[in-house]
Amino acid sequence: MTPNSNRPLSPHLQVYRLPLTGVISITHRMTGVILSMGMVLFVYMLFAIAAGQESYAAMQSFMSFWLFKMVYWGFIYALFFHLCHGIRHLIWDMGSSFAYATLDKYAVYELIASLSLTLITYIIL
Amino acid sequence: MDYKALFNKLSVKSASGHWLYQRVTAVALIPLAFWLIIFMDKALNATYADTLAWLSSPINTIAIVAWTLAVIFHAALGMQVVLEDYVSTITIRKISIRASNLVFTFLGLAAMYAIIRILLKG
Repeated sequence: MTPNSNRPLSPHLQVYRLPLTGVISITHRMTGVILSMGMVLFVYMLFAIAAGQESYAAMQSFMSFWLFKMVYWGFIYALFFHLCHGIRHLIWDMGSSFAYATLDKYAVYELIASLSLTLITYIIL
Repeated sequence: MDYKALFNKLSVKSASGHWLYQRVTAVALIPLAFWLIIFMDKALNATYADTLAWLSSPINTIAIVAWTLAVIFHAALGMQVVLEDYVSTITIRKISIRASNLVFTFLGLAAMYAIIRILLKG
Protein backbone atom coordinates (compact mmCIF):
# COMPACT_ATOMS: atom_id res chain seq x y z
CA MET A 1 0.00 0.00 0.00
CA THR A 2 1.45 3.35 -0.99
CA PRO A 3 -0.21 6.04 1.10
CA ASN A 4 -1.03 9.44 -0.32
CA SER A 5 0.82 11.93 1.87
CA ASN A 6 -1.72 14.67 1.10
CA ARG A 7 -4.56 12.91 2.81
CA PRO A 8 -6.15 14.88 5.67
CA LEU A 9 -5.66 13.60 9.19
CA SER A 10 -8.78 12.38 10.98
CA PRO A 11 -10.54 13.97 13.22
CA HIS A 12 -9.89 17.67 12.70
CA LEU A 13 -10.27 18.94 16.24
CA GLN A 14 -9.08 22.53 15.86
CA VAL A 15 -10.96 23.50 12.69
CA TYR A 16 -14.51 23.85 13.97
CA ARG A 17 -16.44 23.98 17.20
CA LEU A 18 -17.44 20.43 18.03
CA PRO A 19 -21.07 19.54 18.81
CA LEU A 20 -21.74 17.86 22.19
CA THR A 21 -21.57 14.40 20.57
CA GLY A 22 -18.16 15.31 19.10
CA VAL A 23 -16.85 16.46 22.49
CA ILE A 24 -18.11 13.21 24.05
CA SER A 25 -16.48 11.20 21.26
CA ILE A 26 -13.02 12.73 21.67
CA THR A 27 -13.36 12.54 25.46
CA HIS A 28 -13.97 8.80 25.03
CA ARG A 29 -10.60 8.51 23.30
CA MET A 30 -8.82 10.72 25.81
CA THR A 31 -10.25 8.81 28.78
CA GLY A 32 -9.17 5.58 27.04
CA VAL A 33 -5.59 6.81 26.79
CA ILE A 34 -5.67 8.17 30.38
CA LEU A 35 -7.04 4.85 31.72
CA SER A 36 -4.28 3.00 29.84
CA MET A 37 -1.70 5.16 31.60
CA GLY A 38 -3.52 4.50 34.88
CA MET A 39 -2.68 0.80 34.39
CA VAL A 40 0.74 1.70 35.79
CA LEU A 41 -0.91 2.64 39.11
CA PHE A 42 -2.82 -0.66 39.15
CA VAL A 43 0.39 -2.64 38.61
CA TYR A 44 2.11 -0.50 41.28
CA MET A 45 -0.64 -1.40 43.79
CA LEU A 46 -0.27 -5.11 42.98
CA PHE A 47 3.51 -4.97 43.43
CA ALA A 48 3.16 -3.12 46.73
CA ILE A 49 0.83 -5.86 47.99
CA ALA A 50 3.16 -8.60 46.70
CA ALA A 51 6.22 -7.02 48.33
CA GLY A 52 4.82 -7.20 51.87
CA GLN A 53 3.27 -5.23 54.70
CA GLU A 54 5.82 -2.38 54.78
CA SER A 55 5.69 -1.57 51.08
CA TYR A 56 1.90 -1.87 51.29
CA ALA A 57 1.81 0.77 54.03
CA ALA A 58 4.22 2.94 52.03
CA MET A 59 1.97 2.67 48.96
CA GLN A 60 -1.09 3.61 51.03
CA SER A 61 0.57 6.72 52.45
CA PHE A 62 1.94 7.66 49.01
CA MET A 63 -1.51 7.34 47.45
CA SER A 64 -3.15 9.35 50.26
CA PHE A 65 -1.24 12.48 49.17
CA TRP A 66 -3.83 14.95 47.83
CA LEU A 67 -2.38 15.03 44.31
CA PHE A 68 -2.62 11.26 43.93
CA LYS A 69 -6.08 11.27 45.49
CA MET A 70 -7.13 13.66 42.71
CA VAL A 71 -5.47 11.42 40.11
CA TYR A 72 -7.30 8.45 41.63
CA TRP A 73 -10.74 10.11 41.50
CA GLY A 74 -9.97 11.39 38.00
CA PHE A 75 -9.23 7.78 37.06
CA ILE A 76 -12.55 6.63 38.57
CA TYR A 77 -14.46 9.32 36.64
CA ALA A 78 -12.59 8.47 33.42
CA LEU A 79 -13.47 4.80 34.00
CA PHE A 80 -17.20 5.55 34.40
CA PHE A 81 -17.23 7.93 31.45
CA HIS A 82 -15.50 5.36 29.24
CA LEU A 83 -17.92 2.70 30.52
CA CYS A 84 -21.02 4.80 29.78
CA HIS A 85 -19.92 5.91 26.31
CA GLY A 86 -18.63 2.38 25.66
CA ILE A 87 -22.15 1.04 26.32
CA ARG A 88 -23.45 3.73 23.94
CA HIS A 89 -21.05 2.40 21.29
CA LEU A 90 -22.24 -1.17 21.89
CA ILE A 91 -25.85 0.01 21.39
CA TRP A 92 -24.77 1.62 18.10
CA ASP A 93 -22.94 -1.58 17.12
CA MET A 94 -26.19 -3.51 17.49
CA GLY A 95 -27.54 -1.18 14.81
CA SER A 96 -29.95 0.92 16.85
CA SER A 97 -30.53 4.49 18.07
CA PHE A 98 -28.90 6.42 15.25
CA ALA A 99 -31.84 8.86 15.06
CA TYR A 100 -30.51 12.42 14.98
CA ALA A 101 -32.89 13.67 17.67
CA THR A 102 -31.67 11.08 20.21
CA LEU A 103 -27.94 11.86 19.88
CA ASP A 104 -27.76 14.87 22.20
CA LYS A 105 -30.19 13.26 24.62
CA TYR A 106 -28.02 10.15 24.98
CA ALA A 107 -24.91 12.33 25.34
CA VAL A 108 -26.51 14.13 28.30
CA TYR A 109 -27.61 10.79 29.81
CA GLU A 110 -24.01 9.54 29.58
CA LEU A 111 -22.67 12.64 31.34
CA ILE A 112 -25.27 12.38 34.11
CA ALA A 113 -24.72 8.62 34.50
CA SER A 114 -20.91 8.87 34.67
CA LEU A 115 -21.06 11.74 37.20
CA SER A 116 -23.68 9.92 39.32
CA LEU A 117 -21.69 6.67 39.33
CA THR A 118 -18.58 8.56 40.44
CA LEU A 119 -20.54 10.31 43.21
CA ILE A 120 -22.16 7.04 44.36
CA THR A 121 -18.73 5.38 44.46
CA TYR A 122 -17.35 8.31 46.45
CA ILE A 123 -20.22 8.13 48.95
CA ILE A 124 -20.26 4.32 49.33
CA LEU A 125 -16.50 3.73 49.54
CA MET B 1 -14.56 -26.84 9.05
CA ASP B 2 -12.29 -24.33 7.36
CA TYR B 3 -9.92 -23.55 10.22
CA LYS B 4 -7.72 -21.30 8.12
CA ALA B 5 -10.66 -19.06 7.21
CA LEU B 6 -11.83 -19.05 10.84
CA PHE B 7 -8.33 -18.21 12.04
CA ASN B 8 -8.06 -15.39 9.51
CA LYS B 9 -11.43 -14.00 10.62
CA LEU B 10 -10.45 -14.08 14.30
CA SER B 11 -6.89 -12.83 13.78
CA VAL B 12 -6.08 -9.38 15.17
CA LYS B 13 -4.33 -8.73 11.87
CA SER B 14 -7.70 -8.65 10.14
CA ALA B 15 -9.82 -5.55 10.61
CA SER B 16 -12.97 -7.48 11.55
CA GLY B 17 -11.01 -9.54 14.11
CA HIS B 18 -9.72 -6.30 15.64
CA TRP B 19 -13.22 -4.82 15.69
CA LEU B 20 -14.70 -7.98 17.23
CA TYR B 21 -12.07 -8.31 19.98
CA GLN B 22 -12.49 -4.66 20.92
CA ARG B 23 -16.21 -5.33 21.48
CA VAL B 24 -15.84 -8.73 23.18
CA THR B 25 -13.35 -7.31 25.69
CA ALA B 26 -15.59 -4.24 26.15
CA VAL B 27 -18.57 -6.41 27.14
CA ALA B 28 -16.38 -8.46 29.51
CA LEU B 29 -15.03 -5.29 31.10
CA ILE B 30 -18.49 -3.92 32.02
CA PRO B 31 -19.02 -6.22 35.05
CA LEU B 32 -15.27 -6.59 35.75
CA ALA B 33 -14.85 -2.81 36.19
CA PHE B 34 -16.71 -3.06 39.48
CA TRP B 35 -14.19 -5.62 40.76
CA LEU B 36 -11.41 -3.24 39.80
CA ILE B 37 -13.02 -0.43 41.83
CA ILE B 38 -13.46 -2.68 44.87
CA PHE B 39 -9.87 -3.92 44.51
CA MET B 40 -8.48 -0.38 44.38
CA ASP B 41 -10.62 0.66 47.34
CA LYS B 42 -9.27 -2.31 49.32
CA ALA B 43 -5.67 -1.60 48.27
CA LEU B 44 -5.90 2.06 49.26
CA ASN B 45 -7.95 1.82 52.46
CA ALA B 46 -8.08 -1.71 53.91
CA THR B 47 -5.61 -3.42 56.21
CA TYR B 48 -2.95 -5.66 54.66
CA ALA B 49 -4.57 -8.86 55.93
CA ASP B 50 -7.97 -7.74 54.66
CA THR B 51 -6.63 -6.99 51.15
CA LEU B 52 -4.74 -10.31 51.01
CA ALA B 53 -7.84 -12.21 52.10
CA TRP B 54 -9.99 -10.40 49.54
CA LEU B 55 -7.57 -11.07 46.66
CA SER B 56 -7.12 -14.73 47.66
CA SER B 57 -10.82 -15.51 47.45
CA PRO B 58 -11.26 -17.48 44.17
CA ILE B 59 -13.99 -15.30 42.64
CA ASN B 60 -11.98 -12.13 43.28
CA THR B 61 -8.74 -13.67 41.99
CA ILE B 62 -10.46 -14.81 38.80
CA ALA B 63 -12.19 -11.44 38.33
CA ILE B 64 -8.99 -9.43 38.79
CA VAL B 65 -6.99 -11.75 36.49
CA ALA B 66 -9.80 -11.61 33.90
CA TRP B 67 -9.98 -7.81 34.21
CA THR B 68 -6.22 -7.52 33.70
CA LEU B 69 -6.17 -9.78 30.63
CA ALA B 70 -9.25 -8.14 29.05
CA VAL B 71 -8.09 -4.60 29.78
CA ILE B 72 -4.58 -5.20 28.38
CA PHE B 73 -6.05 -6.49 25.14
CA HIS B 74 -8.72 -3.75 25.04
CA ALA B 75 -6.18 -0.97 25.75
CA ALA B 76 -3.66 -2.26 23.18
CA LEU B 77 -6.35 -2.43 20.49
CA GLY B 78 -7.65 1.02 21.41
CA MET B 79 -4.20 2.57 21.48
CA GLN B 80 -3.52 1.07 18.05
CA VAL B 81 -6.59 2.86 16.62
CA VAL B 82 -5.49 6.15 18.20
CA LEU B 83 -1.96 5.78 16.79
CA GLU B 84 -3.34 4.86 13.35
CA ASP B 85 -5.44 8.03 13.36
CA TYR B 86 -2.85 10.51 14.61
CA VAL B 87 0.56 9.21 13.51
CA SER B 88 0.64 9.86 9.79
CA THR B 89 4.16 8.67 8.90
CA ILE B 90 3.70 4.96 8.18
CA THR B 91 7.10 3.83 9.51
CA ILE B 92 6.74 5.75 12.78
CA ARG B 93 3.14 4.55 13.04
CA LYS B 94 4.16 0.90 12.75
CA ILE B 95 7.01 1.30 15.23
CA SER B 96 4.79 3.12 17.74
CA ILE B 97 2.09 0.42 17.51
CA ARG B 98 4.73 -2.26 18.15
CA ALA B 99 6.11 -0.23 21.05
CA SER B 100 2.65 0.28 22.53
CA ASN B 101 1.88 -3.45 22.26
CA LEU B 102 5.20 -4.21 23.94
CA VAL B 103 4.43 -1.84 26.84
CA PHE B 104 0.97 -3.37 27.38
CA THR B 105 2.37 -6.92 27.19
CA PHE B 106 4.98 -5.99 29.78
CA LEU B 107 2.35 -4.41 32.07
CA GLY B 108 0.16 -7.52 31.77
CA LEU B 109 3.04 -9.88 32.55
CA ALA B 110 4.11 -7.72 35.49
CA ALA B 111 0.54 -7.76 36.86
CA MET B 112 0.33 -11.57 36.50
CA TYR B 113 3.68 -11.99 38.25
CA ALA B 114 2.55 -9.79 41.15
CA ILE B 115 -0.77 -11.65 41.46
CA ILE B 116 1.06 -15.01 41.61
CA ARG B 117 3.36 -13.63 44.33
CA ILE B 118 0.32 -12.39 46.29
CA LEU B 119 -1.47 -15.76 45.99
CA LEU B 120 1.60 -17.58 47.29
CA LYS B 121 1.37 -15.41 50.42
CA GLY B 122 -2.37 -15.63 51.08
